[in-house]
Amino acid sequence: MEVRDIIFYLIATLILVSGALAVSSRQIFRSAIYLLFGMIGIAGLYFWLQFEFIAAVQIVVYVGGIVVLIIFSIFLTHRVGSDLPEPTYRRSLFAGLASLFAFVLFWKVIKRNEFYADQPMGELSVRRIGEEMLNYNQGGFVLPFEVVSILLLAAMIGCIVIAMKTNPEKI
Amino acid sequence: MEIGLPHLLFVSTALFFIGVYGFLTRRNMITMLMAVELMLNAVNINFVAFNKYLWGGKLDGVFFTIFIIAIAAAETAVAIAIIIHIYRDHSNIDVEDADSLKF
Amino acid sequence: MSPIIIALIPLLPLASFLVLGLFGKKYFAKSGGIIGTLSLTGSALLSLSTAYNYFFVSGKVDGVYQKVEVLKFTWLQFAPGVSIDMGLLLDPISVMMLVVVTFVSLMVHIYSLGYMKGEERFSIYYSFLSLFTFSMLGLVLSTNIFQIYMFWELVGVSSFLLIGYYFNKPSAVAASKKAFIVTRFADLGFLIGILILSFHAETLDFTTLIQRLTDSSSPQLHSAITGGLFGISALTWGLLLVFMGGAGKSAMFPLHIWLPDAMEGPTPVSALIHAATMVVAGVYLVARLFPVFALSCPGALEVVAYVGAVSSLFAAVIACTQTDIKRVLAYSTMSQIGYMMFALGVSGYDGEQGLGFTASMFHLFTHAMFKALLFLGAGAVIHYVHSNEMGDMGGLRKKMPVTHLTFLIACLAIAGVPPLSGFFSKEEILTAAFHSNKLIYGMALFTAGLTAFYMFRLYFSIFWKKDFVVHGHADEHHHGEAPVTMKLPLIILGVLAIVTGFVPFGEFVSSDGEALHSEFHLQMAIAPVAFGLIGILIALVMYKSESALPARVADAMRGLYAGAYRKFYIDEVYLFVTKRILFNLVGRPAAWIDKNMVNGLVDAGGMFAQDGSDELSVWQSGKVQAYAIWFLVGVIGLVVAFVFIS
Repeated sequence: MEVRDIIFYLIATLILVSGALAVSSRQIFRSAIYLLFGMIGIAGLYFWLQFEFIAAVQIVVYVGGIVVLIIFSIFLTHRVGSDLPEPTYRRSLFAGLASLFAFVLFWKVIKRNEFYADQPMGELSVRRIGEEMLNYNQGGFVLPFEVVSILLLAAMIGCIVIAMKTNPEKI
Repeated sequence: MEIGLPHLLFVSTALFFIGVYGFLTRRNMITMLMAVELMLNAVNINFVAFNKYLWGGKLDGVFFTIFIIAIAAAETAVAIAIIIHIYRDHSNIDVEDADSLKF
Repeated sequence: MSPIIIALIPLLPLASFLVLGLFGKKYFAKSGGIIGTLSLTGSALLSLSTAYNYFFVSGKVDGVYQKVEVLKFTWLQFAPGVSIDMGLLLDPISVMMLVVVTFVSLMVHIYSLGYMKGEERFSIYYSFLSLFTFSMLGLVLSTNIFQIYMFWELVGVSSFLLIGYYFNKPSAVAASKKAFIVTRFADLGFLIGILILSFHAETLDFTTLIQRLTDSSSPQLHSAITGGLFGISALTWGLLLVFMGGAGKSAMFPLHIWLPDAMEGPTPVSALIHAATMVVAGVYLVARLFPVFALSCPGALEVVAYVGAVSSLFAAVIACTQTDIKRVLAYSTMSQIGYMMFALGVSGYDGEQGLGFTASMFHLFTHAMFKALLFLGAGAVIHYVHSNEMGDMGGLRKKMPVTHLTFLIACLAIAGVPPLSGFFSKEEILTAAFHSNKLIYGMALFTAGLTAFYMFRLYFSIFWKKDFVVHGHADEHHHGEAPVTMKLPLIILGVLAIVTGFVPFGEFVSSDGEALHSEFHLQMAIAPVAFGLIGILIALVMYKSESALPARVADAMRGLYAGAYRKFYIDEVYLFVTKRILFNLVGRPAAWIDKNMVNGLVDAGGMFAQDGSDELSVWQSGKVQAYAIWFLVGVIGLVVAFVFIS
């Protein structure tokens, strides 16, 4: 058992426990914080996989952006202090059984396959990412890249429009 | 045992179905959104894992992950905007009360 | 005899119908009568010239009058050899009918100028009259059995329109419906008969059909005789069913119930349709198919004879008791048409044996004249007295001299008094009957006596009996006898009733086209004249002046009198059959099935859809998480199906 493996198991435990707590906590802030820890755990996983760039992006965008956004929206919409309502027993039982069953099913599907490596991964540097993503030849992702930027613009405008307060009509 | 692809896939699958359970169970819309984030992250782990262990020469999984992170951010922002709008109309964000699209 | 001239004969009234029907109310409200009369005058002149041409100039080839198909074109082709052709056929009986129809129609048109004056729907009346004349002319000129059926129905429609002319009177509406329904029912038999005959003869054309079904060596005749149902050959069925159609139109027993009620229409209409032209359509039909009846199916011909004889006797008995003058004339018409029918029935084909055929057609010709005269005279009387009942009339000979004289001439003609026309035609019929069927001869003789009796009962009750008392207003203010337009046809028809007896009819119309020279047998003439004179005498004694004698005679024959007065309860039988049996056994169950089962089936379909949708709509709860769960379940199902099972 190498140190590497132990670290992996720790990170995995962190991710799964945080996720489980995030979906089952009764207090909403606690739920958000557990989500935060989960995100950090996933970033750690990316670090362990030696994809530093992705890990950095994860932390910057997810942890620093999305979770913060969620916390802000909790401020805007939640009556601080009261707990979240519990789901009905029937609902949670049914959903739990369905999820469990699906998990087992998918795991079985995964287990059937033999995964063999193609060739080992080289170093993942930002230069390499940039050159391969943004080239115009076969295999380049420059078009999706541009489309995503337009998508972000559209999302921005959309959010503003949807969440805008419209003044009530003066009678 | 050597940590390999199946371990990572286990983690991602488990995380995904934890997210599914949360989505189906939670009543508050924001907590549902958090469950969706968990699902997306599970998918990200999947892409990255496959890229590292199966396709060494290419970086397509990484690229997909980057795109998914960006789009998830956009989608979260739009979802929260909608949730705020609903909060203004209903003054609570219980998903059981937002059922006006029924027959 | 160009096709155009002959085609114009029915087309002129058709044009008048269209013009008056479409524009009559707006433009021709007062002058509609003139237009109708003018077009009919044209038709009548053309018919007379055609008749002259046919009978005296070009119709005869080798001493035999030919059937000339002036025009023929195919309208609808069913199969090679079987098609509906439309055309114009000239042969002795159709030319004779052309003259009769156009002439009587013209008289009625002129008469109606005076009778219907001041009517609100004056031009509509004339358009209907023109429609009728067109249909009747088309009927007699038909070359094809289907064409005759089409015009047959058109004649029925025109009759319906004219009987129901006073549509505000419920009795008129009921009478027009009755006439149409009864004749339509008879036409069902006609249609089936047409189908049977044309199926076996493999043609619809008259000339070909007659030729195939009378030629004893033709395969069609063989198939018609050997095919059959219940032991009666298909040919007999076909002819009997065709006769059923003719019996309906000609008011033979038991399909006669519509004719007395049809008197609800205006009197000139009764004169035209229900005396001279439409009701003889049945006789015309039998005459048209006469070779087939006589040569190939004598059984059917016997049925024709007996039906005719029974109808004539039946109607004569009833006519003795009726008090409405138009009803008396209606039953008289039925009786005289019975004469024409049985004259055809007792006739043979070819030469001397065809006397009955000639006699029947001769009687048709003379009857048209004097019956139309009787009706028109009755119309004049009704116009004067404003009532139809005999009880309201009497002593009118002083007030209405022209009508009186012409009515007397017509009564003498119908009673068979020489030398008027009715004597000659009746004597020929009785001679023909004597030579083939003594029973029918006896019935006919007795009926002749009854005819004279009831006609003179009518005559004396109207013109003698008592002095006429005007209801309400004083004598000086009462309007005079009919105007000139009404008197002129009476006079013309009166003259014709006298002279037409002397026409040597057999020269022109006979069963096989050759001239038939009939001699005048003095012995044969004595019996009918004697019976007629006895009838007149009895009527004179009973009805010339008011007396208690009629009431005492009626009392003595109580049962028979009551039965005859109530028309032997035939109407009640029909009502019973239709209301009790047909409506309850057929109508009500059918309505129940329609309302409950057919409607129920459709409703069930609708209910099924509605209930189903109500069940399913519960699933659309609007809750996102419920949708998500079902989504998940679906995905699981698909994965299981595609990965593990297939």
